Amino acid sequence: MTIPEQDFERGLLLSPSPHIRTQTTTQSIMRDVLIALLPACIAGVVFFGPGTLLTMALAIASAIGCEALFEKCAGREITVNDLSAVVTGLLLALNLPPETPWFVPVVGSAFAIIIVKQFFGGIGQNFVNPALAARCFLLISFPVIMTSYYAPFAGPDAMTSPTPLAALSNPEVPIAGNWDLFIGNVGGCIGETSALALLIGWAYLLFRKVITFVIPAVYMGTVALFTLLLGQPEMVLFNLFAGGLMIGAIFMATDYVSAPMNTAAQCIYAVGCGVITMVIRYWGGYPEGVSFSILFMNLTAPLLDKAFKRKVFGEVPSVSD
Amino acid sequence: MGLTFRGGIHPLHREAEGKASTSGIPIKEMTPPAIVRIPLAQNLGKPPVPCVNAGDRVRMGQKIADADGFMSVPLHSSVSGTVLGIEQIPGLSGKPETAIVIENDFTDEKDYMQPRDYRTMEPHEIVAAIQEGGIVGMGGAAFPTHVKLSVPPQKKVDLLIINGAECEPFLTADQRLMIERPDVVLYGTQVMMQALGVKRALIGIEDNKPDAIAVMSRAAEKVRNIRVKAVQTKYPQGYEKTLIYALTGRKVPAGGLPMDAQVVVVNAASAAAVADLFQNGEPSIQRITTVTGAVEQPCNILLRIGTSIQDAIHATGSYSATPMKIISGGPMMGKILPTIECPVTKSTSGILTLDSHFTELAKETKCIRCSRCLTVCPMFLEPVLLMDATVADDFETAEGNHAMDCMSCGSCSYICPANRPLAQSIAFAKSKIQAKRLLEKQKKEAAE
Repeated sequence: MTIPEQDFERGLLLSPSPHIRTQTTTQSIMRDVLIALLPACIAGVVFFGPGTLLTMALAIASAIGCEALFEKCAGREITVNDLSAVVTGLLLALNLPPETPWFVPVVGSAFAIIIVKQFFGGIGQNFVNPALAARCFLLISFPVIMTSYYAPFAGPDAMTSPTPLAALSNPEVPIAGNWDLFIGNVGGCIGETSALALLIGWAYLLFRKVITFVIPAVYMGTVALFTLLLGQPEMVLFNLFAGGLMIGAIFMATDYVSAPMNTAAQCIYAVGCGVITMVIRYWGGYPEGVSFSILFMNLTAPLLDKAFKRKVFGEVPSVSD
Repeated sequence: MGLTFRGGIHPLHREAEGKASTSGIPIKEMTPPAIVRIPLAQNLGKPPVPCVNAGDRVRMGQKIADADGFMSVPLHSSVSGTVLGIEQIPGLSGKPETAIVIENDFTDEKDYMQPRDYRTMEPHEIVAAIQEGGIVGMGGAAFPTHVKLSVPPQKKVDLLIINGAECEPFLTADQRLMIERPDVVLYGTQVMMQALGVKRALIGIEDNKPDAIAVMSRAAEKVRNIRVKAVQTKYPQGYEKTLIYALTGRKVPAGGLPMDAQVVVVNAASAAAVADLFQNGEPSIQRITTVTGAVEQPCNILLRIGTSIQDAIHATGSYSATPMKIISGGPMMGKILPTIECPVTKSTSGILTLDSHFTELAKETKCIRCSRCLTVCPMFLEPVLLMDATVADDFETAEGNHAMDCMSCGSCSYICPANRPLAQSIAFAKSKIQAKRLLEKQKKEAAE
């Protein structure tokens, strides 16, 4: 095949290097996060019934709808194709009790997308994790609905049952077995109970290099160490598997936008998350502290990034700025 | 995992770094073109001054331009024939540049220098001979080799590193050179060791070239004090600072030169050019270039400096798809060619034609703070912050955040999922900072 040069010479593109780029895009990263959440979704449906699918669908639909609507009204480019709103909606749903009235996921997603994300400039600009902020907003607005859990396989008509973490403050609640906690056969939010499902998701995220191990590992390590320092080695696995620690450490604290970027800052951030989580669990007014701890540490992320800047390659120690 | 550095990327790792189509094919010598156009500005620093006129007859290897000071090297004719003139031709930058145009008489009548035995020469004589041979860094930067070898007396160098990493995807010119002419590379290495007065040399080759590593290692067994080391296949392994770190663990100070880490790094092709100069008296008038991408028969060709890119591509057949971009060098740091009339220079390590498969204009989206650009930056910079500062016209912040330590490897732009032009922004900031520094210097000099 001969292609005459006059056919293309005028059409040659000019651009600065580099001339090739990776296949990874914002959309592909978000798609990977959704895939990583799939095991937790399945666990939720298995333990708490198909009704949870409706909660997930409502939260996702509301998130997409609100994002598109707001961007249209604000004259911004519609960015729902980047799947980030889908991730926010699904994460919120997984952090809701199994049985909530329809408006809870809808209002929650609207809050997450419009107030937390779009008001501050859309993707990449939210100063805290939108799904977590929405969850806390719902917790304060609808405290009864948001703390009504029921046991797995029980169905919504059964009596509400306490989450395993209630055992830490209420001696009458029996401590759940580690095996039940690990596979998720306990009361709790839709997506948070199965440590196994969440760990599979983590493995997938690591394999796809979506996140590094730093934030989840340091967060979980801090919780484990804190439990040991309290003199309760038998409670280490309990504190790791119970409540929202796994979903928080793996999927919430690692949110790119609201977490620090430097590795050193990420370590401090994750330690902070772990310590605050444990303080709230043992001495706070709420049984669970994962959401609050991550939200609080989100606020420190920009400062941590500035304070723990890494040294440039070959930087001479005497030269400082 | 082999010797390596922190950060970096691995482009086209599923496609054997784009090298498979040329790495197994022997180097072909291209029939010289009827006309060569040899640009004056082929070295970093000052361009040389022509010493021939239109109508002069020149022989192959004859000097046609004199070095203009220390940061300059002479030019030599790559063919024998008649000087048609000193003309303005289309340059790499898009602006016209001055070139000596010579019509080839196809006799290849040589006017080489006298071969010399480096073992009987003083270091300064070797350095002077290398400058006279017009040898520059042939990996792409075109830094005059004799300047690298001129270590000021207050600095000490104890190691010479020959850069055979060839970390740019698609390029295999150094790989083929090391496979086919290992003794030449080693000879050039010995010449430069003598010039530097060092007792040790390392040859760093990326481990995606096991054939080159095997051949060079076997050849190096016969030579004392030169060792071949495999380094991990990772871009930009062939950058001086990262290669030095991978091979020795030494860190070149920020803003410093390799000799601040007691090392001098020279490209493998430049080492071979030094050997050709001392063994055959041949100055830098030809080079091996990888012609690849959307061409019918990708290969490495030995071609005369001043051959047009068009002629070089036609020497390998024609295009296999409509080219959208033609690049001088590799896809990561190579320069885009405004027209195929541009000539091949001493630093044209590759001619890469990319079809539409590689040139889809992906849209830039918002930064999601994923921190991939921080992770891959081999200089441990924060590209996202540097770009933000550049976009905000805040070059002081960019300077404070070490923009000048960026070596424009492009890893950040490559990895960015939002497709932001990070490296390009930093390059812009660097030019602004440099201009500011120059202005300040001039003001200071004017005040004195």
